[in-house]
Amino acid sequence: MPAAASGEAVIEGHVTRAGTPLSAGYARLLNDGGDFVAEVPLGEDGGFRFFAAPGTWTVRVLAPGGVSADQTVTAGYGRRAAVEVSV
Amino acid sequence: MSRSDVLVDADWVEAHLDDPGVVLVEVDEDTTAYDKGHIRGAVKLDWRKDLQDPVRRDFVDRHGFEQLLSERGIGNDDTVVLYGGNNNWFAAYAYWYFRLYGHRSVKLLDGGRKKWELESREMVTAVPERPRTSYQATEQDSSLRAMRDEVIAAIGKRNLVDVRSPDEFTGKLLAPAHLPQEQAQRAGHIPTAKNIPWSKAANDDGTFKTDGELRTLYQDEAGLDFSKDTIAYCRIGERSAHTWFVLHELLGQPRVKNYDGSWTEYGSLVGVPIELGEAR
Repeated sequence: MPAAASGEAVIEGHVTRAGTPLSAGYARLLNDGGDFVAEVPLGEDGGFRFFAAPGTWTVRVLAPGGVSADQTVTAGYGRRAAVEVSV
Repeated sequence: MSRSDVLVDADWVEAHLDDPGVVLVEVDEDTTAYDKGHIRGAVKLDWRKDLQDPVRRDFVDRHGFEQLLSERGIGNDDTVVLYGGNNNWFAAYAYWYFRLYGHRSVKLLDGGRKKWELESREMVTAVPERPRTSYQATEQDSSLRAMRDEVIAAIGKRNLVDVRSPDEFTGKLLAPAHLPQEQAQRAGHIPTAKNIPWSKAANDDGTFKTDGELRTLYQDEAGLDFSKDTIAYCRIGERSAHTWFVLHELLGQPRVKNYDGSWTEYGSLVGVPIELGEAR
């Protein structure tokens, strides 16, 4: 797992559809209670990044056509937790 | 004022794309989003370059707002429809400016850019050319804006609504989870504030919940006393503009202010009280 700054718990990843990066979509971060914490548009490479806190989180990807996909991830300080999502 | 006066849906926007009296304005947190594609005919406002004072910590003054709107080709009689990313955070922030400076007809596109994009509606890269206008703003409406001394005086007296995420409220994080946590000020919240995250007012697609759902959320679940004046705040005043929109514009609460100094100001003040952890 690549390092992050010691005070940061980074969650990052990419979204693909049929093997190619999906840029027309959004990644949303939910806490362990299922509540909304943050949301970002996907980058040109389908990428997203959150600066979270240690704990268990859910990344929800919203894609065109009413498609969504959830993936849980565990974050910790000084780490970059990677999430790869295909929709 | 009712919901239809301040909120329009995507079908309404599509039907009015060529209406000369309607100006679409995109405002995003990601200021490059517009350049990648936007609704046809929309002009861009950059919340940092266009809406902030370049020197002082304040936003654009009356004269600056007049210059900005004149240069963008927006007239006093135009109906302005604002939309943006992140569930209209910055569009709601800009909406609040338009109200502060007395614009008569301004609306938000429900669901903002996200819903439009996820429905695969038309996006273009062409930037419209609008002839310059001579926009006349009013003085700032101080009944809509709270400054720091008023916020401190409101502790324990008025409703203080902290619309940040629970982790920012309790002091675990200093900024939203998608932004770097590099700020130096103290964490926590203003004593007696209730934590009602702005996101609870929105559906997954970014649209606002119904008036009935919103009343249940703020009054019944969070216990907000609607007979009292209210001040909403967040980190830099944009998410709280979203909640200000809900309380003042959708639910018609008469005395609601946005504290745009918000946590980046309050959390850096010397000598003011701060609470950590859950609301007491």
